[in-house]
Amino acid sequence: MNFKTTIGLEVHIELKTNSKIFSPSPVEFGDQPNANTNVIDWGYPGVLPQTNKGVVEAGMMAAKALHANITRTQHFDRKNYFYPDNPKAYQVTQADTPIGTDGWIEIEVEGKKKKVGIAEMHIEEDAGKNSHNPNGYSYVDLNRQGTPLIEIVSKPDIESPDEAYAYLEALRQRIQFTGISDVKMEEGSMRVDVNISIRPLGSEKFGTKAELKNINSFNFVRKGLAFEEKRQQKILLAGGQVRPETRRYDETTGQTILMRVKEGAEDYRYFPEPDLPSITIDDEWIKDVEDKMPEMPGKRRARYVEELGLTDYDAMVLTQTKEMSDFFEATVAQGADPKLTANYLMGDVNAYLNDQKVDLQETKLTPGHLASMVKMITDETISSKMAKKVFKAITQGEEPTSWVKAKGLVQLSDPAVLKPMIVEIVDNNEQSVADFKNGKDRAVGFLVGQIMKQTKGQANPKVVNKILMQELNSR
Amino acid sequence: MTTENNITKKDVEHVATLAKLKFNDEQLEKFTDQIEDIIDLVDTLNEVDTTNVEPTFNVTDQLNRMREDVAVRSNDKEALLANAPETENGFIRVPAILDESGEA
Amino acid sequence: MKFFDITVTELHQKLVDKELTVTELVSETLDQIEADQKVLNDFVTINREGALAQARAIDEKGINPDNIWAGIPIAVKDNIVTKGIKTTAASKMLSNFIPIYNATVIERLQANDVIIIGKTNMDEFAMGGSTETSYFGDTRNPWDHTKVPGGSSGGSATTVSAGNSIAALGSDTGGSIRQPASYTGIVGIKPTYGRISRYGLIAFGSSLDQIGPMTRTVKDNAALLNIIAGMDERDLTSSDKKVPDFTSKIGKDIKGMKIGLPKEYLGDGINEDVKKVVRQAVETLTNLGATIEEISLPRSKYGVAAYYIIGSSEASSNLQRFDGIRYGHRAQNVKNLEDVYVKSRSEGFGDEVKRRIMLGTYSLSAGTYDAYFKKAAQVRTLIINDFNKIFEDYDLIIGPTAPTPAYAIGAEVDDPTTMYMNDVLTIPVNLAGLPAMSVPAGFSDNMPVGLQIIAKPFDEETMYQAGAAFEAATEVHSKHPEMEDK
Repeated sequence: MNFKTTIGLEVHIELKTNSKIFSPSPVEFGDQPNANTNVIDWGYPGVLPQTNKGVVEAGMMAAKALHANITRTQHFDRKNYFYPDNPKAYQVTQADTPIGTDGWIEIEVEGKKKKVGIAEMHIEEDAGKNSHNPNGYSYVDLNRQGTPLIEIVSKPDIESPDEAYAYLEALRQRIQFTGISDVKMEEGSMRVDVNISIRPLGSEKFGTKAELKNINSFNFVRKGLAFEEKRQQKILLAGGQVRPETRRYDETTGQTILMRVKEGAEDYRYFPEPDLPSITIDDEWIKDVEDKMPEMPGKRRARYVEELGLTDYDAMVLTQTKEMSDFFEATVAQGADPKLTANYLMGDVNAYLNDQKVDLQETKLTPGHLASMVKMITDETISSKMAKKVFKAITQGEEPTSWVKAKGLVQLSDPAVLKPMIVEIVDNNEQSVADFKNGKDRAVGFLVGQIMKQTKGQANPKVVNKILMQELNSR
Repeated sequence: MTTENNITKKDVEHVATLAKLKFNDEQLEKFTDQIEDIIDLVDTLNEVDTTNVEPTFNVTDQLNRMREDVAVRSNDKEALLANAPETENGFIRVPAILDESGEA
Repeated sequence: MKFFDITVTELHQKLVDKELTVTELVSETLDQIEADQKVLNDFVTINREGALAQARAIDEKGINPDNIWAGIPIAVKDNIVTKGIKTTAASKMLSNFIPIYNATVIERLQANDVIIIGKTNMDEFAMGGSTETSYFGDTRNPWDHTKVPGGSSGGSATTVSAGNSIAALGSDTGGSIRQPASYTGIVGIKPTYGRISRYGLIAFGSSLDQIGPMTRTVKDNAALLNIIAGMDERDLTSSDKKVPDFTSKIGKDIKGMKIGLPKEYLGDGINEDVKKVVRQAVETLTNLGATIEEISLPRSKYGVAAYYIIGSSEASSNLQRFDGIRYGHRAQNVKNLEDVYVKSRSEGFGDEVKRRIMLGTYSLSAGTYDAYFKKAAQVRTLIINDFNKIFEDYDLIIGPTAPTPAYAIGAEVDDPTTMYMNDVLTIPVNLAGLPAMSVPAGFSDNMPVGLQIIAKPFDEETMYQAGAAFEAATEVHSKHPEMEDK
């Protein structure tokens, strides 16, 4: 029997606003427990929520980035449940009127492009954090309480673990380009819950879903789903039934492990949040937000090809992350040649990042330094060979122009300086001249080598070649 | 559940579970009776035709009231912790959480 | 000194003229409150030291002659949070709770040098109509100590009625200011929803709750509203409408004013004496030049049912934060987390609060939401439509505030449905978010009876105008309870 797989993803993205969604407490991480909290975050008797306009606008940007319709009249709802990290015992979310509906993003798997639908996205508050201790107590830190989240729910269009992986990559890329979130799984600013069901090919009815919670990386999502696909197939092939379960992925064994069987739907008693007025969004506001929104990768790619003369491939590589794309644009904006800049970013810079296992923003590289280096190459102040040394220096934060000067690395391009040297070397190597006349090209290489040796590698090879050929031909 | 049926002791117990309340048998009897009376009272709403009537959840005259995204630090940490029944090292302390079903 | 025959303006003049220092005023006020507390039990907390310290500071600073409220002590219902002063909402759950912030209304009072004399008794979490559900025992009606003062703002009504406080703040979710005002013979208003910030009011029904002033005279009431009304950044449902001088129309005649009298408000279940008082009031207002016509609010009788669903649903959610973890009562001898929740809540809340939490939780449940919560919200729309239609043709609506005068303590506390029906005349106003007041209008068997005046949204001025004209034309408000006799 063959099966068809259906995968749904619920992705929580933490927004990097200055303040929380319903209270003015700062959104900062790594502080002492409960340092970034106030009476609102603690759900004190009598407090009321104060909606952060920045969060609504970030939600609009996400909707735009994911080709979703922005809901014109919205309200918030309360989702009621007791938990120590949930101080009001309700979460303020959007159940009825999500900020965006009916979006899509494009993914590509093995050269095949496909649109994956997004059912809806809504803005809501994050909970605090519980930590556990074997001493019989749990500990509650409310710093994260009220951090703004966007939850993005896919349509059941994803049909394989690879597509799920591609969806997450594409989603991360597009959200990252809006600048509303760091979208980093390892830091918890992107969190993924997935559900998966299978059904016999040809069957209309979806199978029973199993849910995988809190997986740490895209790769584990793919592996977990692949395991789950097989596990469910085995059950069905053996004539069994898949139970509605919540499972977790175990990184060491590569298997999914049962957490609990779901018994009936939870009753969250949703109802409209009476403490907050409705929000209406008109065309003008949407336009304002669009104007504030950074260019999406597709538009950037097209511009790189049309205006900057890059190849499609280069444009695609440079727009993989917003960081790289922004770095490229900032470098070019300072007058560096786009093609050469692209080559350096995709070559030396990428190699350096991989080698050091760091992100671009964590290095000492700056667009200004890279631009100066590229410009020195273009105007032949330094050779591309010298540039290797200069590149090393700029990864250490050196300013390239002054560094090159201090190291005396300036390229010799002045014919007036080079010509007497070349004449002298040709004079001293009669055999090579004879070889050249006899058609042995090797002789040229030897003579260039001699010149480079004498100039300690600083002679401009192009100029040297030109003068040398003139000299040889004139003999 | 339809609006006509009577609320049973079992219903009341289920609602109590949701609300994190516990009643002994005697209280449960009394509450079931009283809630049944209240439900009879509120069932009179069925006399009103509400076809195509929009619900009113809120009577504020405000729309699009929002706060600019400006952070303000409260410095209330110590005072907040002082009101909590149990704390340790700046955390609020509770008996061990065994059920991991907290929502995000 | 009893505050029976003095207005805030007159008291202010005494302070300006140095006939009396603020410290003397506060000290005397505290003495009389404490003397009657044993009998009336109208306070949960008397802020003796805090009030005296503030009084001395104001005496030192001097009285601003332009601020009639400078140095005036007032009482505050115990569901309005006061930094550093215990705030209990009359619940065991918060019986030791000391807030770390001030409600917006408290900030505004303090900015005007008003002194918080104490925190008044109330029904637990404002749920009740008699102040009998308080964890701290019932409050007695100053007119007859065997009777309830009404509720839930029973303590605030009592201290004003007894002449011990010149003014008080209450809160009104379904009649909790107006009904005790009617039972105790004082002036109480529920302003338009959004007129006063709810920030710092311990929430009961968020879409219904409003804070309001309770005083002996209409003018004092308007003057108190003047200093607490207005938009607040911390309550996004508070209105950004400009705050007028609410006393501006007081003293103007009401000739030509059109007033509707809903026939449903004088129907079955309304006490005959109460009807009589309202008919007298109609005559008085007619004599003052107003035109009073019978109108109909056909859906108002469904108000009680809609209200109990909406208010209880909102309350069930609002009161979930009382879980024994961050503040308030935590049960002892808990074995696990579930125990912390269930025991703390079961011990911390009284029966009436539990009933509402249960009804609200039930109404919001997956299977019942449409039949109860949503249905109630739709009926609410129709009730609002009824009012809107009337207000196309009328300036005000009048009727009784409560179906009966104050009843005997213990008579109804265990019969929730009967008690809920006491709010039948006040509830529609909360559902529609309208401003309304209760003004003393007469007596039934020596117990006060109030007249309710309902106005258009944000038209408190017209309501005060009519209330003041009525007050001036009757002798009712000059009568007061005789504490010694009881």
